[in-house]
Amino acid sequence: MSFVDIGSLSDIPRQGARLVRTHLGCVAVFRTATDQVFALEDRCPHKGGPLSEGIVHGDRVTCPLHNWVFDMNTGAAEGADEGVVRTFAVRVEQGRVLIDASLLSRSAA
Amino acid sequence: MSASAIPPGLAPVPSAAVQSGKTRLVVIGAGMASGRMLEHLLEAAPDRFDVTLFNAEPRGNYNRLMLSPVLSGEKTYEEIVTHDDGWYAAQGITCRFGEAVTRIDRAARTVHTASGETPYDALVIGTGSAPFIIPVPGKDLPGVVTYRDLEDTNAMIDAGVAGKNAVVIGGGLLGLEAAAGMAARGAKVTVIHLMGHLMERQLDPAAGYLLQRDLERRGIKVHCKGATKAILGDGKAEAVLLEDGTTYPADLVCMAVGIRPETRIATDAGLEVERGIVVDDALRTSDPHIFALGECVEHCGQVFGLVAPLYDQAKTLARTLMKEDAVFAPVQTATKLKVTGCDLFSAGDFADGPDREDIVFRDPGRGIYKRLVLKDDRIIGVVMYGDTADGNWFYGLLKDAADISGTRDTLIFGPAAGKADPLAAVAALPPEAEICGCNGVSKGAIVGAVQGGACTLDAIRTCTKASASCGTCTGLVEQLMKLTLGDDFAAPAPAGMCKCTDHSHEDVRRLIKSMELKSIPAVMQELGWKTVGGCHSCRPALNFYLLADWPLEYQDDRQSRFVNERNHANIQKDGTYSVVPRMWGGVTTSAELRAIADAADKYDVPMVKVTGGQRIDLLGVKKEDLPAMWADLNDAGMVSGHAYSKGLRTVKTCVGSEFCRFGTQDSTGLGIRLEKLLWGTWTPHKVKLGVSGCPRNCAEATCKDIGIVCVESGFQVSVAGAAGMEVKATELIATVPTEDEAVEVTTAFIQLYREHAKYLDRPYKWVPKVGLDWVIAQVVDDVENRRALVQRFEISQSVYRKDPWAEHAQPEEHKKWAPMADLSLEAAE
Repeated sequence: MSFVDIGSLSDIPRQGARLVRTHLGCVAVFRTATDQVFALEDRCPHKGGPLSEGIVHGDRVTCPLHNWVFDMNTGAAEGADEGVVRTFAVRVEQGRVLIDASLLSRSAA
Repeated sequence: MSASAIPPGLAPVPSAAVQSGKTRLVVIGAGMASGRMLEHLLEAAPDRFDVTLFNAEPRGNYNRLMLSPVLSGEKTYEEIVTHDDGWYAAQGITCRFGEAVTRIDRAARTVHTASGETPYDALVIGTGSAPFIIPVPGKDLPGVVTYRDLEDTNAMIDAGVAGKNAVVIGGGLLGLEAAAGMAARGAKVTVIHLMGHLMERQLDPAAGYLLQRDLERRGIKVHCKGATKAILGDGKAEAVLLEDGTTYPADLVCMAVGIRPETRIATDAGLEVERGIVVDDALRTSDPHIFALGECVEHCGQVFGLVAPLYDQAKTLARTLMKEDAVFAPVQTATKLKVTGCDLFSAGDFADGPDREDIVFRDPGRGIYKRLVLKDDRIIGVVMYGDTADGNWFYGLLKDAADISGTRDTLIFGPAAGKADPLAAVAALPPEAEICGCNGVSKGAIVGAVQGGACTLDAIRTCTKASASCGTCTGLVEQLMKLTLGDDFAAPAPAGMCKCTDHSHEDVRRLIKSMELKSIPAVMQELGWKTVGGCHSCRPALNFYLLADWPLEYQDDRQSRFVNERNHANIQKDGTYSVVPRMWGGVTTSAELRAIADAADKYDVPMVKVTGGQRIDLLGVKKEDLPAMWADLNDAGMVSGHAYSKGLRTVKTCVGSEFCRFGTQDSTGLGIRLEKLLWGTWTPHKVKLGVSGCPRNCAEATCKDIGIVCVESGFQVSVAGAAGMEVKATELIATVPTEDEAVEVTTAFIQLYREHAKYLDRPYKWVPKVGLDWVIAQVVDDVENRRALVQRFEISQSVYRKDPWAEHAQPEEHKKWAPMADLSLEAAE
């Protein structure tokens, strides 16, 4: 898998997220309190809420519209809610955030 | 024969090595890594090497880890020397101390110093690291030091810091050791740390909080999230200025923000250098005759700062030099650190991650925190604070990748399993701790009453008055009864705030006050939170409670806020936002309306709507346009209307005596005055006011959180109305003759609500819980108390009465509101 540089880790607030615009729509890149990064489709399967604006707690994020909670490792909703958001490979190298380069493509699989 | 340094300028003695057939080994740098390497090498092969050791410092190897006891005065330099003159002499090492190597001639295989050249067969670079100097104005002023070697340490000692102000920039291990050392010599020390908690590379926020608390108990002030802007002073350091405007006086400034590998000599020689001098597994550089080890090297993209991997490198390099096959493979190292008696332990990886689980143990009473990070039934990370006795046991399980599924239930208690006590936080309170704030009843008084025979809540209320007024301390009183009576007392189970804690909102609020908890990690630790970072339910509540109780000390945590308050705009169902500028008392001007119209056009606002709160809502604004739009509205003199906040929303008014033929008082003027006084404040839920100029009540004041109805004789102040899911008229608390008094009663009520209500309780929910009579007693009858409430409100407003839009509308902030990257523009492969 190849990766593309999208910016510095310090551009993302701890326990927060920033957006990356792609042909597939917006992808939310999260940074946890312990500097883990996760990339999720920025669209809650419930009513389309922007997950990037949710409260990040541990490796979970809560959708700001109706409080669905997602495990950022898998993209799966927790508890009684059923739904999965797409996740993308993302990693940090030397303070730079790198994301799955297939997002560059117009028809990413 | 003497092995002491050859005086500079004297030509080196020609080596007899060529004739003897020995390998001529030249070592640059007499540090801990090269010292250990020489020990291994000369022990294994005492006769094969002719060693020449250069050191820029005019001395041999000493234990740098022990500089902090030297700084604090507990040890002398002589006590921390690891290799003295006698050792070098016995090993036959030619010492060239105080002589800096200026150049390596790789073609000739010689090193150059001021006194000439020295040939080598093998060269080892062990130049270590240099302190990182942050490039701020004033960094070169006298009085600014780093903390790396004996010279730095002596500079701090010689500065005679007793009674003076010292600022340490950097809250990592070195910085904290410098701070502790100077504090031990009597300095007033402040530590400025850029990150949210101390030692963030070794500790998680909870352990960082405990460390900070222990240091503060030792008199060291800690300022986290502090970015240094400049060092101020005329001819010498006098103060440190932070980006947020805070200034700390400083006779001495110590920069300890980190180290960078010292690679200049290798770079000049054309060796491969990235962050450090690049070495392979055998510790060979890009030149087969040159080797490197220690803090100056980079191995597989990694640089090193802790001593354990450096000692492993020393062992490997000694074998490489003896032409044996040796591989340096860095292992997970544990850090067991003693910062002036603060006991902490950290090993492995404690970041959140795929398939990871946490086991957390907190003992608030003893200040203990333990966290194990598990993956696939194996320990991969350990963070401990306060009690690290089991650290090595856990570290052993980590290194062995032991399957812990069978012992998981009791694992966190270590090899000797114990048990956590849910009543620990209350049990640990001192007898004088105030439990009932209304009636000033201490823990000791309540326990005394229980022991005296008061076995029911009612009996406690009767004989101590605890929990007899607002009732929010009921849960704590019950816990004290449980503690004192044991199983004889069956307390009704209170509802916890959320799944993270069994403490109710009311208990948490009271404990934040009585235990003086001033940060989210502090609350989570001291009250035994069951999760690592809380959840979306407790974090915003804790953030509010802390900023309400400690307005001057607590820093608002933006990431613990719900989206609308974080972005200062209301999110809409499609992810766009609405923007509502403040219109004081519902009054606007043609110029403001023009600016709003211009903004609506410029940012393609799809809907412009008049709100129920007498102002204008611009709906459907894109997030990245918010800062620029705010800047435009700011330029026209408008500020945020806080239409999104759990805070003061609007003060709705009618036109009052100025125009209306029925008006009895200037209701518009009073509304504007109140809004200018109250705006910016954070409250448990939103607060809306109404001021009507006569009992016809055109401003609908009597269904607001606070309503004022003007009458000929004065002002009727009423509270706790609702016009939402429930509809309820306000209840009168006072009729006062003057506008000043109406303002005072209103302000005092809001402060009482801020200090006592549960997060997300509107006043109409909260007032019945505490009783209207109690509210009237607090804000109307007891004039002294009313003034004290107003005073506390003003202290809070000194921080929060400001426009958040102006802050985020700064040009340099704009990019933070837009996507960080746009891959849809990049050419696809």
